[in-house]
Amino acid sequence: MATVKLRAPLKDLAGGNREVSIDAGSVGEVLKELERQHPRMVGWVLDEHGHVRPHVNVFVDGERVREDAAVARSATIHVLPSISGGCA
Amino acid sequence: MTELLVGTRKGLFVLEGDAGSEKPFEMKARAFPGNVVEFAIRDPRTGTYFASVTSGHYGPRVMHAADPTGEWEPTTGLGYPEDDEWTLERIWAIEPGEADGLMYAGVAPAGLFTSTDGGMTWELNRALFAQPTRKDWQPGAGGLCLHSIATWPGDPSRLALGISAVGVWLSDDGGASWRHGNEGLVPRYLPEGADGTIDLCVHNMHRAPLRPERLFMQFHGGVYRSDDAGETWIPIMDGLPADFGFPMVIDPSDPDSAFVIPMIGDDDRVTVDGRVRVYGTRDAGETWTALADGLPQEDAYLTILRQAFAADGQGPGMGLYFGATSGDVFGSGDAGATWFSVRERLAPVNSVRVS
Repeated sequence: MATVKLRAPLKDLAGGNREVSIDAGSVGEVLKELERQHPRMVGWVLDEHGHVRPHVNVFVDGERVREDAAVARSATIHVLPSISGGCA
Repeated sequence: MTELLVGTRKGLFVLEGDAGSEKPFEMKARAFPGNVVEFAIRDPRTGTYFASVTSGHYGPRVMHAADPTGEWEPTTGLGYPEDDEWTLERIWAIEPGEADGLMYAGVAPAGLFTSTDGGMTWELNRALFAQPTRKDWQPGAGGLCLHSIATWPGDPSRLALGISAVGVWLSDDGGASWRHGNEGLVPRYLPEGADGTIDLCVHNMHRAPLRPERLFMQFHGGVYRSDDAGETWIPIMDGLPADFGFPMVIDPSDPDSAFVIPMIGDDDRVTVDGRVRVYGTRDAGETWTALADGLPQEDAYLTILRQAFAADGQGPGMGLYFGATSGDVFGSGDAGATWFSVRERLAPVNSVRVS
């Protein structure tokens, strides 16, 4: 299973879990399953169209990807705020 | 004691104080640091607090809490259909409805969401969303936003909405169908003869609860009154130093009352003549009176945004509160006769509401 690593506030929405193990074939599927397991996360990383929000970065094994990227069973996925999304 | 919910570009500030003391309010809490809080209210029916929070990273949502100094939880269901091109950008207004559990949220791009469980889950109003003109709706400078939701006291079937820049929309069947309510509005920003059916930039709209067929509106150039539930509009801006502005409140006990804060114009959105003045009418717009005792009157060029003006109570002891993008918040405990500084140097203020 892929390991999804989360920071606040996503960690808090995932019940305080810094890591969540998910078995899915793509980043989009991983994030949808994350929402299914932790419904408070709905709408935070993926918008209503299933796209990763523009100011959220998803890295799979160190490579920045979007929702259609494939995920290996041993992958480590980081979901992080981008440096572009803060409020001035 | 009065509790103020001040939404800012840097979080929600919960202030508490006594308007009668004319002293600055104490800060009870700051929530959502680093996030934009567009709007916050307390539903007086349930005591539940709601905050519209826009994260630069994680998007917009409505949060709720039993105690604004405690934990906030996300509500669910706010978002456009997956197969539509629109994506939810901001939640501009949250308004209790006229039935148990009924609430409304106005959002950008312009849409109405309804909750029947007290604001915990939301559902898109499909009738407004399905308007054939929607593809032609144009935004104002603040975006294409549904910001004013005027309920009809005791009758959940009757609603009036204000959308920038798509005018007034009226429903007599609880939102199952909608029609325009724009007759009499003059969009001076359009060339003469242009079709102004939908390019109408409503800035704020309020219903007089004791005479619900009466509405007041701050328009993008002009202040108007309707005496037929929003079907037609009468200009009432004579006597104001400028007819541009965003904030508006009413005294709920006086159907002839409205209060606005004029700004110079759409190309210079600051208080007129460097003087911060609220203007009030008690004769339905026949005359306006400047209410400025205690407000800055020299070199004060403030911008007060659409939702940053609030009333508390009614009559001569009505509280009035407003905040500016300068981070200053002002208050009055005597319906605007005198003013005091509630708080200085907050973040730019988006909204002010009294709990």
